[in-house]
Amino acid sequence: MKTNYQSPQQFYRQRRLRMLIVLLILIGIYVGSMLLVKFQTWNSIVKIPAGLIWLFHNFIPTERSISYLGPILYQLWRTLLVSISSTIVASIFALMAAILGAKTTTPHRSVSLVIRFGASLLRNIPVVAWAMILLFSFKQSDFTGFLALFFMTLGYLTRAFTETIEDLDAEKIQALQAVGANYFQCVFCGVLPEAASTLTSWVLYMIENNLRDATLVGLLTGTGVGFLFDTYFKSFRYDAAGLIVLLIAILVILLELTSTQIRRAIA
Amino acid sequence: MIENSQPNPNALQPSAPKSKHISLVTKPRKILRTVLAVLAIISIYSLATLNSSNLNLADAFHSLGVNLNAMFLHPSVGQDSWGQLLQALVTSVSLALLTTLLGAVVAFFIAVGAARNLAPSWLATGIKAVMAFIRAIPTILWVLIYSVVMGIGASAAVVGLTFHSVAYLVKAYSESIEETSQDTIEALKASGVGFWPIVFQAILPSIVPALLSWTFIRFEINFANAVAVGAAAGADDIGYFLFMAGNFYFNFHEVGLIVYLLLGVAIVLELISMKLRGHYLKHN
Repeated sequence: MKTNYQSPQQFYRQRRLRMLIVLLILIGIYVGSMLLVKFQTWNSIVKIPAGLIWLFHNFIPTERSISYLGPILYQLWRTLLVSISSTIVASIFALMAAILGAKTTTPHRSVSLVIRFGASLLRNIPVVAWAMILLFSFKQSDFTGFLALFFMTLGYLTRAFTETIEDLDAEKIQALQAVGANYFQCVFCGVLPEAASTLTSWVLYMIENNLRDATLVGLLTGTGVGFLFDTYFKSFRYDAAGLIVLLIAILVILLELTSTQIRRAIA
Repeated sequence: MIENSQPNPNALQPSAPKSKHISLVTKPRKILRTVLAVLAIISIYSLATLNSSNLNLADAFHSLGVNLNAMFLHPSVGQDSWGQLLQALVTSVSLALLTTLLGAVVAFFIAVGAARNLAPSWLATGIKAVMAFIRAIPTILWVLIYSVVMGIGASAAVVGLTFHSVAYLVKAYSESIEETSQDTIEALKASGVGFWPIVFQAILPSIVPALLSWTFIRFEINFANAVAVGAAAGADDIGYFLFMAGNFYFNFHEVGLIVYLLLGVAIVLELISMKLRGHYLKHN
């Protein structure tokens, strides 16, 4: 980028030209993808207010929907349990992988490379594909949802943990090695206590994320609150479906607030 | 004889507080341990009560191995053609592009209203609360809800995905805007610059790198969501083919091929985002 402009006018003209080009490219991308998807922008935007009105009209829970509260709360509780346990189990494996994979603590460079590649593979296979693959072998059980979330979380957490461990001061590990600590002492007395609070806040973030994804996974694998939503939705019991949406939103917001508090307390 | 001049040497000893032991376990550590312990207990309870009655784990893992082998070592197009699959893949990418662009533009204007240093605080709080509520509802539910209003297809998918993108980006953008120093804004206000010129001439240029990286993160999320939406709500994209291949034809060779295609796109996206970020960090 040039910095020696002849005059302020030229600077502004250059900037306006650049902005115009970027804007034209973006509009081009927009129109191109609009045609490919066959999306009618104007028609759809006009429908949004009507959609919202319809939504508020039909999705407001009524007295009738209170009778659905029992099964909904039970499935919501199961979904919460699955999202917590899949995160925790994945975090244990991810921690081991991250210690072996982080540049500062890896036993060998090749191990680090293999772990990075594996984590990237797990992370980039979409959760939908995991659900499909696992549904066939594990049938319609809670375990399918658990495993689908587990694999995806494993990929994400391994990457996050590896980066956290690499961000720590290498000097502390060197100091420990200099006084004669062996590999395990370095890891358990030097690295882990230092990284514990950052690692925990990653885990909390993944729990929140998994609760949202659990709905989708449930929808695809026929378990949990996602399946219940699908059932009510497809049998036109919109008030019950609306109650589920409302309860999910409340649970997610509560979880977010709690983990923010915890994060602040352990920082 | 100075030492002996004191009749009672004990009287002058400093009275240190009698602490029994000094602990490294500070309050944050205790909270951390409690949180981890509670989470561990919940996980153990959850694993113990997991519904796996109609499941033989050994058989299931064996069949998983067979399927993974069929998927990743012998991918093939199955009953669809390469043309169909690639077109569906392009549709997915376009869906992600469209919703990200639309979401980014809408989100920027809402974010101006949600930033505490630009908007009155009642407006900012109100907008943030509404956005938190929209964000709390999973994307897929928004798409399903809109597919009733607009009919199944691309429009419902676009509107549903955009809804969630807007809520996500408003949070990210407004936090970026709030990082602009109050002094800059006040100096411009004092010299009589209008509201929108402040936004576009002072704030926007200084937060472009942050906006760009958030928007790109959202683009990656939207691509994953576009696939999910295709599977669950029947927009005509790669997710739909994935769903049909997996749930109706049980053709794992085709599932494998689609997963490879998705992996390819994801890797390209990661490379682009690395390049883009590097470019912007160098020039600004």
